[in-house]
Amino acid sequence: MSVLAHVIEAAGISTVVLASMRPVVEKMRPPRSLYCEFPLGRPLGIPGDAEFQHRVLTEAFSLLDTTADHGPIIRDFDEVVESDEQPVECALPPRFDPNLPACVDEARGLRNAYDRAVAKRRHTDVGRAVDADTVPEVLAAFHRIASGDDWTTVAIPGKNTVAVMHDVRAYYEEAALELVGTAGARSLEAWFFEATEAGKTTLAARQAIKDGGGPFPFWFYMAPGHR
Amino acid sequence: MREMGKNLPVPTFDGTAWASAPRLRDATVAIVTSAAIHRAHDDRFSAGDTGYRMIPSDAHDLVMGHWSPNFDHTGFQIDLNVVFPIDRLHELAADKVIGRVAPRHYSFAGNQPDDVSAIRLDSGPAVAAELKRDGVDVVLLTPV
Repeated sequence: MSVLAHVIEAAGISTVVLASMRPVVEKMRPPRSLYCEFPLGRPLGIPGDAEFQHRVLTEAFSLLDTTADHGPIIRDFDEVVESDEQPVECALPPRFDPNLPACVDEARGLRNAYDRAVAKRRHTDVGRAVDADTVPEVLAAFHRIASGDDWTTVAIPGKNTVAVMHDVRAYYEEAALELVGTAGARSLEAWFFEATEAGKTTLAARQAIKDGGGPFPFWFYMAPGHR
Repeated sequence: MREMGKNLPVPTFDGTAWASAPRLRDATVAIVTSAAIHRAHDDRFSAGDTGYRMIPSDAHDLVMGHWSPNFDHTGFQIDLNVVFPIDRLHELAADKVIGRVAPRHYSFAGNQPDDVSAIRLDSGPAVAAELKRDGVDVVLLTPV
């Protein structure tokens, strides 16, 4: 962002950065920055809170109202928004088909909630590598790897594990948001990896691929680095 | 991630450019984001994509194209304004706090190659030229 601020300002357009990492703007010195200590991924702070978002914008645009003729100007927003690391309380579907791996059964059971979410939003973040129909097949492949099958012999639909995991998480998160309404930053990540069968199976498959000598980017980015 | 940011190698600039804006109530305002959001039917961002996508002012069919699993995507799913505050800008224009909302906005991928030379020399200046063409006076930059 700070690079683009330099480039765009040099073209004669005033810029204001909503900065999420203070040391980065201190080093890169874009013309005007409002440092906001909000969860990464939420630069306006709180989704669904127009009043709060307007406060951020008012503060950001106030950096333009200055007699200064040079930067950098860095100001701190006066309120901190914390992430919520606790798994969101979201009901999971009951076991339906005992012949299926639990993660596959679970993904199928969330389909109605996912479909309602897509109908409401009119589009979906699922689809980078696989579609919603394929999510249970992905989890079936991860289940096989987690259960001991050699990862090199298991066909993972979508192939690119990073893109596939984007889709699996988007499927679960969109379904969960339909069920719980809203969630703090990271609480759905915690829910996915700590509460769902899909998350647990993903982490087990990731470990199995790592232990089986899989290339670092292939398994590491299947989950956030701290997991 | 924030801890990592303290030691992140970053490109440096010899100086800080400075452009004076007209009064905010007369200014045309655009958003440029590094959230890799794009319209659902647009080309997706590839990993390491140094290009950009244009977002018309009235588009709400936006999806998150960022590749990193390390930050929260759900805020955007709940309310796109928490990343791309387009509805807020329209409200500010209706209230005559800003002059007008630019017709076109731009999105880049945040996870750029370390030297960021492409957005510094190619795609960044290309977007700046498009913004100039639309008469944009002020750009709000939103990261993820």
